[in-house]
Amino acid sequence: MIAIEAEKLRKRFGNVEALKGISFKVKRGEIFGFLGPNGAGKTTTVRILTGIIKPDSGKARVNGYDVVEETLKAKESIGVLPEVSNAYPDLTAWQNMMLIASLYGMRKREAKERAKELLKEFGIYERKDTKVKGLSKGMKQRLMLCMALISDPEILFLDEPTSGLDVQSARMIREKILEIAKEGKTVFLTSHNMDEVNMLCDRVAIINKGKIVTIDTPERLKSRVGGSVAIEVSFGDRVELNMENAERFGDKFVIYTTDPYKTICEVVDFARKNGVEIISINTRTPTLEDAFLKLLEVER
Amino acid sequence: MKCLAIAKKDIIMYYLKGPVVIFGILLPLFLFLAFWIGRELPLNFLFAGLLSMTVFFASTSVSPVIAPWEGQMRTLERLLACPVSVSTIVFGDVIASLIFGICMSFVPLLISFCFGLIPSPVIIPAIILAAFCFSCLGLLFSVYPTNLPSTVMMISSLVRFPLIFISGIFIPVQELPPWGKAISMLSPLTYFTDIARASFGMDSFLPIYTDFIVLLIFSIAFLALAIKLHERALLARL
Repeated sequence: MIAIEAEKLRKRFGNVEALKGISFKVKRGEIFGFLGPNGAGKTTTVRILTGIIKPDSGKARVNGYDVVEETLKAKESIGVLPEVSNAYPDLTAWQNMMLIASLYGMRKREAKERAKELLKEFGIYERKDTKVKGLSKGMKQRLMLCMALISDPEILFLDEPTSGLDVQSARMIREKILEIAKEGKTVFLTSHNMDEVNMLCDRVAIINKGKIVTIDTPERLKSRVGGSVAIEVSFGDRVELNMENAERFGDKFVIYTTDPYKTICEVVDFARKNGVEIISINTRTPTLEDAFLKLLEVER
Repeated sequence: MKCLAIAKKDIIMYYLKGPVVIFGILLPLFLFLAFWIGRELPLNFLFAGLLSMTVFFASTSVSPVIAPWEGQMRTLERLLACPVSVSTIVFGDVIASLIFGICMSFVPLLISFCFGLIPSPVIIPAIILAAFCFSCLGLLFSVYPTNLPSTVMMISSLVRFPLIFISGIFIPVQELPPWGKAISMLSPLTYFTDIARASFGMDSFLPIYTDFIVLLIFSIAFLALAIKLHERALLARL
């Protein structure tokens, strides 16, 4: 069963073509990651799917509702945590929850029970009468997630839900996302945090310059990187390692290879010849971030 | 009623914002004092003018600041993601603004009571209709998609001050030259001032029912235009 469906979506802002006919489907109960560099078209896609803006052409259906023709019905069936968004700073946490509940047409009693339950679950209930401007960033973000969940939606759109949060708040939100998916609900997750996407998502779509580059599971994406192993090496001095597939990351080089033994020998030879000390060397499987960067590189 | 939830939010969020207090409460008071002090004018003429200015300034001070503030505070996207139409959002803003206008009208009415002036009951529906009309007009000031409330207040001042001077508040419409009369007919404030004058026992320039009908036409036109223009402007603010 399909929860979200985008078909040849196009959107232009002035001279910039933000979306160039993207298509994808998200299955019900799936956590679907949506990755891309800044300006790739992620937020535009989310805004179209959540009924905030209309596409120039193409179709999008959410929970079976056409987001252009049946915007309000589509919106009623989803919960949204937009990226660039805040709760009302001069309203209390409780007033913000009640406002959103009213806008979803919830009955007062039901709204109060649900709000109480959510705020308790996210550890904000004790601060429910505090104005939002008096809450910490982590608390504000947890409140935003509570607001997205107040109507108990079938589909949840989360745009950078843990961006800039403390470890505790980020972990709490991730655990909740997994819990939501276990309940059979669908999560559309946009994030720059590759570990998070790798940890949470069933499938991932990578978007670049308004086009979908690929859609696959995180593990399959990782296996697509030039070799099956990444060798991470750090030298005592700053040197240039001129080897194929070597990339510098801070004080380390990462080399993707299908023959780790040969590559390690080459690295050791390089160190001997240049008289530099190897501080550390280890092998690891490529991460989702490696796959992401590699796929974007191919696109360039 | 989703628009009432939006109105409630607006009341808590915006009634005590600086521009609302300055343009909605203090400015009509200062204009009134400048108009009154040192001049021998009949009290009913003065209070009809004060009432008109107060309802006008108060009703047009809340609605224009909401959209730019929502854009600046980044609460707009959260609101637009909810299952509400732009017309519901606009209508909620109008309700909040009109309640402010109605509440502020009690001040000149109470002062006039203290001076022994009791306006006729026709002033009550007139205040409600005028506050509605001016709130819708106020929303038109914020269709320029900026997120700076100060820019919107500047635009609204550019419109509001000329309207004050052509609407028969300081000089009755009857005493204006023919071209002045023609211009004053373009301002919705003229019609409310006319009703206010009549309610304080003075001669009205037009029949009262005509004033009501024209105010209603202005209200519907402003509201329809505000909804149409805000559909674009709100998205441009994201």
